[in-house]
Amino acid sequence: MEKTWNNKAWFLVLPVLLLVAFSAVIPLMTVVNYSVQDTFGNNEFFWAGTDWFDDMLHSDRFWEALQRNLLFSFIILALEIPLGIFIALNMPKKGIGVPVCLVLMALPLLIPWNVVGTIWQVFGRVDIGLLGHTLWALGIDYNYVRDPIDAWITVIIMDVWHWTSLVVLLCYAGLVSIPDAYYQAAKIDGASRWSVFRYIQLPKMKRVLLIAVLLRFMDSFMIYTEPFVVTGGGPGNSTTFLSIDLVKMAVGQFDLGPAAAMSIIYFLIILLLSWVFYTVMTSSDANQ
Amino acid sequence: MASPMKYKPAGNFSWLVSTIYIIFLLLPIYWLINMSFKENAEITGTFSLWPQNPTLRNYTVIFTDPSWYSGYINSIIYVVMNTVISVLAALPAAYAFSRYRFLGDKHLFFWLLTNRMAPPAVFALPFFQLYSAFGLIDTHIAVALAHCLFNVPLAVWILEGFMSGVPKEIDETAYIDGYSFPRFFVRIFMPLIASGIGVAAFFCFMFSWVELLLARTLTTTAAKPISAIMTRTVSAAGMDWGVLAAAGVLTIVPGALVIYFVRNYIAKGFALGRV
Repeated sequence: MEKTWNNKAWFLVLPVLLLVAFSAVIPLMTVVNYSVQDTFGNNEFFWAGTDWFDDMLHSDRFWEALQRNLLFSFIILALEIPLGIFIALNMPKKGIGVPVCLVLMALPLLIPWNVVGTIWQVFGRVDIGLLGHTLWALGIDYNYVRDPIDAWITVIIMDVWHWTSLVVLLCYAGLVSIPDAYYQAAKIDGASRWSVFRYIQLPKMKRVLLIAVLLRFMDSFMIYTEPFVVTGGGPGNSTTFLSIDLVKMAVGQFDLGPAAAMSIIYFLIILLLSWVFYTVMTSSDANQ
Repeated sequence: MASPMKYKPAGNFSWLVSTIYIIFLLLPIYWLINMSFKENAEITGTFSLWPQNPTLRNYTVIFTDPSWYSGYINSIIYVVMNTVISVLAALPAAYAFSRYRFLGDKHLFFWLLTNRMAPPAVFALPFFQLYSAFGLIDTHIAVALAHCLFNVPLAVWILEGFMSGVPKEIDETAYIDGYSFPRFFVRIFMPLIASGIGVAAFFCFMFSWVELLLARTLTTTAAKPISAIMTRTVSAAGMDWGVLAAAGVLTIVPGALVIYFVRNYIAKGFALGRV
């Protein structure tokens, strides 16, 4: 749409600016403040320069949490994106099945995150959970509290359960926007099922898929509540992702300096990702 | 000539895929509901696929104990406050972004997006200190304001998407007809994007409802959300599984109720108004 140049529009944005300044800018400045100072209590602070950042970038704990988180995000994407496309392709396109599918599939998205954790914590327990008990009855040694691999599997299946529907819904929205004429043309040309997917459906889904990939990547990169409830970051540190580690450091141990430095590094990574996201979205806006 | 080909999903087994997926989604939820109708002795003692002696005891506990049901009231209060604040603030801003170009508009829009993407964990501690300084800890408004961090940008993005779908000629005609901006906005423009406002409100409601980390950090007793009360029960020894399950089921209900109304827009909302 043609937009007119009008700097008075700033007045319309002002409420949002004030609100976000209060809920984002001021807290972020506090973090910056802590990241360059040290304290021995009594509210006395000493200039520490970039020491905390040095510490953090050379700390195994940080790098391990980062690696775990990257691995987690990668597995999540590798599972949820293909699965989401596959399910969206097989969803009914008309009739009573459509609203039923949409409502039921969206259900996990609206459950509070800690309840998602609780549901899976219970579901996976060997003594009282359906999943854990069934596996136990089948003779499989499964215990997410003791075994790091089982803990990972549980957290990953939980995330697939929780968020695959997001990918499905986005892909579905892309699919139903394809005009029937495309399919008729493909039929006349005798196109195979695969080429219909490859040359008609996939290009039309490109935009929504991009959104799905980026949203899933970023949200899994800051996952906190669900694994915290299920495993508490354990066993050992095996499911301690960045956010869990950060909260442990800041609220649990009250190590303000290192936690603040880590926050800033974490935030910069997110900022970079957001920039990629924004560039991609606006350039695909322009192409439309 | 064959009837015009409606797009046929792969093969005759397509319904099977959706069905299996939905069963996978519903099984854990069913298990929670199942547990919520059982006595604790039955939950831990025997393994049964449905309640042998269905009981409402767990729900009775929640609805008669103020420390439980006040959690729901607290959650609903701050969620509604947050939804109202977010949508009201976002409406004019979204209009500005969809209609005008102004100094720094693109940077501003990007900066708003980064807040939606910011990890709440980064903000937990500074929020606590900031709101302590203002004496806001353990009030509903504190949580409502904290959730504006991600809900205001979200609302701006969604509303901007819907507003851009309204032709600009409508604005111009209204101004020629002598409407002032506020009158035009409330009388003509808002009804036109009513569904967009509904979707934005729904998403604000949803993300405020599901968030726990900030809500838990900023409250101690008077404004404690139901989700935080639940985690406290989880950590306590001698679990009351039945009540925990019942509390969980009750947190699913609001989402399940409203989802029907936005079923056709939910993808658009998640795509930040851009499908």
